[in-house]
Amino acid sequence: MSDNISGGHHASSQLDEASQVDLEKRNFLIASSTVGALGCAAAAVPFVLSMTPSERAKAAGAPVEVDITKIAPGTMITVEWRGKPVWIINRTAEMTAELPKHDDQLTDPGCEVVSQQPEYCKNKDRSIKPNLAVVVGICTHLGCSPSAKLQPKGDMGDNWMGGFFCPCHGSKFDLAGRVFKGSPAPVNLVVPPHKYLTENTLLIGVDTEDKA
Amino acid sequence: MTNKKTVEKKSAVANAFDAGLNWVDARFPLTSNIKAHLTEYYAPKNFNFWYFFGSLSLLVLVLQILTGIFLTMHYKPDASLAFASVEYIMRDVPWGWLIRYMHSTGASMFFIVVYLHMFRGIIYGSYRNPRELIWLFGVAIFLCLMGEAFFGYLLPWGQMSYWGAQVIVNLFSAIPFIGPDVSEWLRGDYLVSDATLNRFFAFHVIALPFVLAGLVAAHIIALHEVGSNNPDGIEIKKLKDKKTGIPLDGIPFHPYYTVKDIVGTVVFLMVFSTIIFFAPEMGGYFLEANNFVPANPLVTPAHIAPVWYFTPYYSILRAVPPFPGVSMLGIPPSLFPGVAAMGLSVMVFALLPWLDKSPVKSIRYRGALYKKWLSAFVVSFIVLGYLGTEPSNVWGQFGPWLGNAERATVVARIFMIIYFAFFILMPWYTKKDKTLAVPERVTG
Repeated sequence: MSDNISGGHHASSQLDEASQVDLEKRNFLIASSTVGALGCAAAAVPFVLSMTPSERAKAAGAPVEVDITKIAPGTMITVEWRGKPVWIINRTAEMTAELPKHDDQLTDPGCEVVSQQPEYCKNKDRSIKPNLAVVVGICTHLGCSPSAKLQPKGDMGDNWMGGFFCPCHGSKFDLAGRVFKGSPAPVNLVVPPHKYLTENTLLIGVDTEDKA
Repeated sequence: MTNKKTVEKKSAVANAFDAGLNWVDARFPLTSNIKAHLTEYYAPKNFNFWYFFGSLSLLVLVLQILTGIFLTMHYKPDASLAFASVEYIMRDVPWGWLIRYMHSTGASMFFIVVYLHMFRGIIYGSYRNPRELIWLFGVAIFLCLMGEAFFGYLLPWGQMSYWGAQVIVNLFSAIPFIGPDVSEWLRGDYLVSDATLNRFFAFHVIALPFVLAGLVAAHIIALHEVGSNNPDGIEIKKLKDKKTGIPLDGIPFHPYYTVKDIVGTVVFLMVFSTIIFFAPEMGGYFLEANNFVPANPLVTPAHIAPVWYFTPYYSILRAVPPFPGVSMLGIPPSLFPGVAAMGLSVMVFALLPWLDKSPVKSIRYRGALYKKWLSAFVVSFIVLGYLGTEPSNVWGQFGPWLGNAERATVVARIFMIIYFAFFILMPWYTKKDKTLAVPERVTG
C-alpha cells in the first residue's frame, strides 16, 4: 500500500489522487499536528505571563501618609503613590465657590463615570474635606502629568478659572480634576482611595469606610 | 620568454582559485547566487536619483547594527544606571560620543532614506502588480523600524524617553475592553519603570533586529524574483533578446549599479558625517533637549513631542476628538477614535496596491488629477509633521464663533482629511485621471 503511494506520486501524476489517500494516516497526522500546536500554544503561556507585573512591582503599592498642615491655602503639594504623582490641593473659598459655576463647560460635571472617583468623593467638590482635593496627577488622555495653573487668567487666557493644563495634548481640568469639554482627555482625573487618619494626616491608598 | 612565464604563473594562481571555487560550489551555491543577485540580475538601465535610497537604507541598517553592538558594550539597561551610562558613553568611553551620535543620528537618517524610498515607490508605481508583496514586506519593515525607534528612544531614560513611552504605551489602553490589560502587560508594571526599560532593551537589541533582518531578506528575494520597476513603470522582461533571454533594457546589477550605489554611498556619508560632527542634535529635531534631563515620573516636561519622524501620525492622534460616550447605554467616553486614526494613517500604506486603479504605473504618464492629489498628500504630510512638533496652542485660538477652538487643531483636522482622502478616493481619481500613452521601451 505505502509502496504504491510513494511510487505512484513520482511515476505518474495521472493516477487518481483521491484513491491514494491513506485516511488513517492523514487523520493521525491532523490529530497529532493539532495536539502539537496546542502544546506550543500552552508553552507560550509562561512567556506571555512573564511580562505581567512581577511580585515586586505589585508589592510596591503601599499606602502613603501625608501631613497636610503645610499646604498653604491656594497652593498644592505632590506626593508619590504607586510611582504616580498625587496632588493635594488646598483650595481657597473662592476656588471652591467657582467650581459649580462652570458645570456647563465640563464633560462630566456630576462625576457620573464611576471608575474616576470613590463613592465618598462623588459630590460637588469631589473631596472629603471641601477645601482639600486629592487627585492622581495623570492625564486620562495618555498619561502625562498636567501642569498646575491654579490661578485664574494668566497665560491660559482671560476665560481661565484656575485648574490644570496638560502640556502633551492640551487637555484642561478644573480645580476638582474635572475635564473641560473639547479636551482630548475623555474623563475626569482619578481621585485615589484615601482617608483621614487624624484631622491633619491623610492616608492615600486606603478607602474611607462606608458611612453606613 | 619572460612574458610566457608570467602567463603560466598567473594561470596557476587562477587555477587554484577556480579549484577552490569549485570546491565551494559543490557544497554551497556561491557562484549561482552571485550570478542570480549581482552579475546576472538585470535591472532596468534607466534608474535615476530616486533609486539610491534602497541601497542607502540597507547601508544605514548595517551602520545601526554595528554601532548598536558597540553601544551595548557600555550601556546599562537599568532605570537607576541607564541615564548615567549614556553620559558615560558620551564622556568617558574612547570615541563613545562618535558611536552614540552615529547611532542616534542614524535613526533619523534611516527615516529620511526610508521615506524617500517609499516616495519613490509611490511616484513610479513600484507597489503595483506584480510587486504587491515587495511593498507589503516594505510596510512591515517600516512598522518594525517605527518599533525600533520607539523602543530605542526609551533607553537613554531621559524625560522625553520616559514621557514618550508613557504616552505610546497608553495608546494601547484605549483599545476597547482589553486595552488597559495590554498596556500593563507591555509595561510590566503600573507605570513605565525599570521593568519597562529592561524589556524595551530586549526588544530593541535582539527581537526586532532579528525580525527586521528577515523582512529585509524577504523584501530583496521578492524583488529579485519579479525584477525591479523603473521610472517609466514598464516591465523590461516583456522585451528580451531572443538569443540570450536578457531583457533588452536591462543591465547587470554588478558592476553597473554597484558602482552607481557607491557614488550614492559616498555622498550620503558626506552628509551623514556633516550632521554627526556639526549638528548631531539638529536643533532638537534629532535629539530633543528635554532628553538631557533624567526621567522623572512625577513631572511631565512643559512641552512634549515625539521625534520628527513620528510627528505626522502624532498630529492625527491629537486632531481626532474623543468619543463622548453614551451614558444611557453605559458606554464610557473613549479616546479610541484618535488612536485608531493614528494606527490607520500608518497601516493605510499597505492598501496602495489595491487602491490604485490607474492603467499606468509611473507618474510620468499620469494626468494632472493624480499629480494634484499627490501634491496635496505631500503637503499634508509635511504640515501634519510640522504641527506634531509644536504644542497644540502654537497658533492661539479662534474666537467664540468657532467655540474658541485651537487654530492648530483645526488646521491639523483639515490636513488629516486630505491625508486620508488621498487614499480613500484613490480608486476614483486614478480611474478618472487622463493618462498618457506608455512607451514600449524605457526612456532616458
